[in-house]
Amino acid sequence: MPASIASLLSIALGAVLVNNFVLSQFLGICPFMGVSKKVDTALGMGMAVIFVMGVASAVNWPINKFILERQYGGGGTLEFLQTVTFILVIASLVQFVEMFLQKSVPSLYEALGVYLPLITTNCAVLGVVLQNTQKGYTFAESLTYGIGGGIGFLVAIVLFASVRERMEFGKCPKSFEGFPIALVAASLIALAFMGFSGLKVW
Amino acid sequence: MNVKKQFWDGLITQNPVLVQLLGMCPTLAITTSLFNGLGMGLSVLIILTCANVVISALRKIIPNKVRIACYIVVIASFVTMVDLLLKAFVPALSKSLGLFIPLIVVNCIILGRAEGFASKNGIGASALDGIFQGFGNMVALTIMCVIREFLGAGTFGGGLLNGGKGIQILPPDTVALGMILPVGGFLTLGVVIAAVQYFMNKPKKTKEVAK
Repeated sequence: MPASIASLLSIALGAVLVNNFVLSQFLGICPFMGVSKKVDTALGMGMAVIFVMGVASAVNWPINKFILERQYGGGGTLEFLQTVTFILVIASLVQFVEMFLQKSVPSLYEALGVYLPLITTNCAVLGVVLQNTQKGYTFAESLTYGIGGGIGFLVAIVLFASVRERMEFGKCPKSFEGFPIALVAASLIALAFMGFSGLKVW
Repeated sequence: MNVKKQFWDGLITQNPVLVQLLGMCPTLAITTSLFNGLGMGLSVLIILTCANVVISALRKIIPNKVRIACYIVVIASFVTMVDLLLKAFVPALSKSLGLFIPLIVVNCIILGRAEGFASKNGIGASALDGIFQGFGNMVALTIMCVIREFLGAGTFGGGLLNGGKGIQILPPDTVALGMILPVGGFLTLGVVIAAVQYFMNKPKKTKEVAK
């Protein structure tokens, strides 16, 4: 089934705004809270996540389609190995991307720094791959969903980081200092993103 | 390692969710009814304990350079087992937790305890650590569930008591639906952590005054 441009656009828009990975599906909260103290680092993390989510979707799709979902003798499939396979592929992919960037684009490698290895345990990456298989997306749809989800993560984390930078100067009760007040701010951003939930263009 | 200290560490002073701030994703996402919270809490407890035991037993064999990958394989195997068991025996729970069961693989509590505790301690201590930390996680999830379910749906024990509907406490038209949506998740966790910080700071002050 060839995917039409409209359906791809609808998937991308859904992943960026309506079903934003961080703010409405709760995937990738750890880096969202951990790496959002400054806009610059948030931007770097977001970029790295877009890249890894896109590549992970693209690499895991054929693996799932041609190895795990294939009928073997006796009629069994290897689908029960999905979780183990996907996480291993993602972990080695992140390692590979790290080595590649270190050798060929050292400036980008420096900018991303410690955030690259952290992406392995970002549940948004494993989440997008698992969702692709659950929803039965085609290759193009998976790739779009992966990159769209990454862009959604970037939008959310950059917005949140800019809110947090301002928050440094505000006063708040002592018990709320640091993490709790950041969660309350995240809740308000999630409230704003709820406004997109009725959005249907195509 | 003293067992009593380990227990209080897991439950309160080093609670994985409320103090160490690990494993945020499931804490926010699935705490909408008591059934979900307890189910997730128990699954994590079992996986954490088993993974801790295996990793602790293998700690001298696993080469340092590839240790994270090894831990992930061990954890992922246990997660797959729990996933399949839940699908077979508790399909309702498996359906309502959905994607978040396979995502236990990347729950930072488990990797964090593997790296921080099981890779340095004996099998017995690691098993206890898994049980206590898992229990602390379960308590945190339960607190979140009770608050959000009460405010968001006006019920207690949804999915578990009263034939799955839960006991209606507030009249259904007075509830704040936002509390079981993402907004309420962030807000509740923020307030709960603030409360924990408040109570943790309080006794210290009285002790200082006493000195």
